[in-house]
Amino acid sequence: MSGWEVFQIWLGAFLTVAIFSFMYKDNPLYKAAEHIFAGITAGYYVALYLDTVVYQQLWVPVTHNGRVWLIIPGILGIFMFGRLWPKLTWLARFGLAFIMGTTAGVFLASELHGNVLGQMSGTMQIQQVAGQPNYVLTALVVIGLLATLIYFYFSKPHTGVLGVTASVGIWFIMVSFGAHFGYTVMGRVSLLIGRVYFLYNDWIGTMR
Amino acid sequence: MATPRAKRDPILPAWRTALYALALMAVDAGVVAAQDQPATAEPLFRVDRINALIAILVFGTAVTLYTRWAKQGKPLYIRKLAGLDAIEEAVGRATEMGKPVLFIPGLQELDEIETIAGVSILGRVARITAQYETPLIVPVRYPLVLAAGQEVVEQAYREMGRSDAYNKDTVRYVAGDQMAFAATVNGMLMREKPAANIYMGAFFAESLVIAETGNAAGSIQIAGTARPEQLPFFIAACDYTLMGEELYAASAYLSHEPMLLGGLKGQDLFKILLVLVIIVGIVLMMFGAADTFLSWFTIT
Repeated sequence: MSGWEVFQIWLGAFLTVAIFSFMYKDNPLYKAAEHIFAGITAGYYVALYLDTVVYQQLWVPVTHNGRVWLIIPGILGIFMFGRLWPKLTWLARFGLAFIMGTTAGVFLASELHGNVLGQMSGTMQIQQVAGQPNYVLTALVVIGLLATLIYFYFSKPHTGVLGVTASVGIWFIMVSFGAHFGYTVMGRVSLLIGRVYFLYNDWIGTMR
Repeated sequence: MATPRAKRDPILPAWRTALYALALMAVDAGVVAAQDQPATAEPLFRVDRINALIAILVFGTAVTLYTRWAKQGKPLYIRKLAGLDAIEEAVGRATEMGKPVLFIPGLQELDEIETIAGVSILGRVARITAQYETPLIVPVRYPLVLAAGQEVVEQAYREMGRSDAYNKDTVRYVAGDQMAFAATVNGMLMREKPAANIYMGAFFAESLVIAETGNAAGSIQIAGTARPEQLPFFIAACDYTLMGEELYAASAYLSHEPMLLGGLKGQDLFKILLVLVIIVGIVLMMFGAADTFLSWFTIT
């Protein structure tokens, strides 16, 4: 192992331990690691956006591929710098309005088409388990979907029949959250194992 | 073997050098034949997606009608959302304690609907902090969210007649990387000890890291996200959590603006229609006559 590689491992181990030290309390080591992390990523993302967006997605298509219309989003991007001068702040609103408007429009169509219709069609079917129709699962899917939808109905207070249905809905939601919780915790434990493995094998390994 | 040749690649900048390797690989004749086919032009109108068009028209009509009624001053009821009532209490507590309020509008770009909802709620929270003269801290991950956040906070302070109290550093860019952002926010939480932390938007693996630190710092915490995989962590670590669509309902509930109210009421009507359609589909399915009906909901 070269000296440079050993230095990289020691630096990685130092930063890992510095970040883990936050579990005890906020301290200068953590503060140093936090600032290094934030500073490096800020610089990295400036370079990344310059290369992948400004150069590859604007400059090259306009100058080499003749896609001149890309100058329009480029101008909207330049308008964002208007925020640096109080008199030109209004220019930045064009870009923001364009993004927020198109996002709402695109999501409306894609969510209705991709999710709502798909979910409806999937619910109105006999559910299969190992190729066999399963009526219990079908009933669970239908009751779960309808009760959950009713929970997210905001136009009436959750009392009476609506309240009971919404309570059934929240039970289904909580069961789903429990499953997500367990699944994600497993993922986090595996990340911790990865870090401990790095410290034990790679870092302590350099001292053997 | 052929000698390597140097050639200028127009895609690469002049200061970059790249080595390209060409290799002859066996290809599937079928794939080559398929690639040789002339590309068919996209039709102007996708008849197979007419179901989506009908759904959009029904939804759009409902939203337009309700917005009109809201503008005419008709009372439109929205049920109480516990987490939102707590926002004003939390800001009040921060004011009493002389500590700031921390608001995170999620960790996604502005082209995510959750971020837009988060920024919209930020506007309402900023109005309350402007009214109470409570310091507000808004760390963000993306430059566009920074611009939008500064815009709505400045507008909120202006509307409350407190332009003089607006500080441009209220909304601040922290870091582009997810975990660098989480590390910096954790530092803020432990050093500035905000009395109230409000997380509204799209969150990922950092949700528990941030919410648990906020809990350890003793802040009141209110979270809202539509990410089902992160909601359990917020429920565990926060005092109030807005789940899924409650996040989108929040801005309408807080502002009672006709446009937002109309959208929320339109969605509610659409949900009732969905429930009815599903019940009809299930009944038809039980009698074995759902094939044609189901085909209306098939997506391509």
